[in-house]
Amino acid sequence: MSGQGDRSLRGAAAIVGVADAASPTGVLDLWGRALEAEMVRQALDDAGLTLADVDGVCHTTSSMAFAEYLGIHPSYTDSTMTGGSSFEVHAEHAAAAIAAGLCEVVVCVYAATPRGDRNRPTAANFRGGAGADQMMAWEAPYGMRMPMGPYALAASRHMATYGTTSEQLAQIAVSTRQWAAMNPSARYRDPLTIDDVLASPLETSPLHKLDCCLVTDGAGAFVMTSADRARDLAQPPVYLLGASTCHDHLMISQMPDLTVTPGARSGPAAFRMAGVKPDDVDVLEAYDSFTITALLHLEDLGFCEKGEGGPFVMDGKLGPGGALPTNTNGGGLSYTHPGMYGMFLIVEAVRQLRGTCGERQVPGAEVAVAHGSGMVLSCMATLVLGTEATR
Amino acid sequence: MSDPTPDPSPRIQPPVTEGAEGFWEATRARRYVLQWCLDCEAPVSYPRVVCPGCLGARLEYRPASGRGTVYAVTVEHRPQNPAMRSLAPYAVALVDLEEGVRVLSNVVDCAPDDVTVGLAVAVTWEPLDDGRNLPLFRPAP
Ligand SMILES: [Zn+2]
Repeated sequence: MSGQGDRSLRGAAAIVGVADAASPTGVLDLWGRALEAEMVRQALDDAGLTLADVDGVCHTTSSMAFAEYLGIHPSYTDSTMTGGSSFEVHAEHAAAAIAAGLCEVVVCVYAATPRGDRNRPTAANFRGGAGADQMMAWEAPYGMRMPMGPYALAASRHMATYGTTSEQLAQIAVSTRQWAAMNPSARYRDPLTIDDVLASPLETSPLHKLDCCLVTDGAGAFVMTSADRARDLAQPPVYLLGASTCHDHLMISQMPDLTVTPGARSGPAAFRMAGVKPDDVDVLEAYDSFTITALLHLEDLGFCEKGEGGPFVMDGKLGPGGALPTNTNGGGLSYTHPGMYGMFLIVEAVRQLRGTCGERQVPGAEVAVAHGSGMVLSCMATLVLGTEATR
Repeated sequence: MSDPTPDPSPRIQPPVTEGAEGFWEATRARRYVLQWCLDCEAPVSYPRVVCPGCLGARLEYRPASGRGTVYAVTVEHRPQNPAMRSLAPYAVALVDLEEGVRVLSNVVDCAPDDVTVGLAVAVTWEPLDDGRNLPLFRPAP
């Protein structure tokens, strides 16, 4: 059965404010972000809403750069780009998102000024688009290594605020390597010790080389269908029980608090939708681009209190046989990291819930979390996944 | 006798983004300024063409103290930019300015490992290739 009919969006959402701008001359005075901002302001005025009400954004170039610029910290984001139909697609997605309770007020904006741009030499700056220009102006001149620099800054702040130690971060790499030992496809499978991590080169302090993810080739895919169709297919279904995506910033210098990621919003929202608590999670797949990344996820998702991540991991609970099996394929730290690792979180979570992970299978896994992290702790997306028993 | 030609900056030269013209002009005279929204009476950083608080465009540059404290710091031992390798190791820090905004920069004029969270810093300047100056920070006197 298709999603149509039984999952109709009819009446679920409404457009409540609009604005547009055009001129008989074919040229507008405003352009770029200023023109976008004016359209957003007029549409919000039209609706009787303000910028503070907005918790969802749609933008064909970069919803992240757009949101950062206007100071929006959304819990729904859509950068879908399908050319001229993009905004109808945005509207469809937004209605579904609102119907599902992901967000309440979505703003979608578009501005382009091809005639005026002919006399505007800096117009290319804006079309550059995805925030690259702001990063070139305000961060790149200072020679911060990317992507590890921003994570090193987060580790610095976490250490200064909560007393987190390099040994505690190293324990995360050690536990993850224990899982990799049971994955024949993992890049590194030899046992690792805390001393090994601390003895690896300190390239971007306070992070050591072995606090950092791999650089490897890698690829993956997944297929989704309706729950009804899923039951008739070859594999036991893994159901999406909850989901949430939030972002706060694109550049690290715009992150409000380097010890709290947007996962502190996406995690609880996804758990709420799924009707489960962190205690119910059997397997955690949480993006470990760096050891500090995984530690922040543990706190923000609610597996421990903020600031407690260091002591929390020291008993090895993330490793095989531990209370919170985490990154059971060996993670980005020891299995693979081709650049955007989020795909592997989902694949491993699904295999654990199917019970097909062999030596590294977590017995009786019924609820798994795949928690993705994008850019520099910028955009967090939490999926709660379950079996037929937990649906 | 003519002035010696200055060495070119090893740094990526920052583009002048929309709205930031006033910031960079002030650096030519080594003056540190911040953009403020006249409607919100709040600083806007990075500089923009609209205020992220109210979407207004009534923005102006005002002199800033150039003083702040280190919020977080990392020491780079192996820079990606090959031209900066001769400067390594150096400290990259987020600095919380007195006016209430946070900027990324380098803390110089001290051993990089002496730059710690909470260190009081003040602005200092390094020439860019086009007459602008790049704001850096050093331990506050
Ligand atoms: Zn304002």
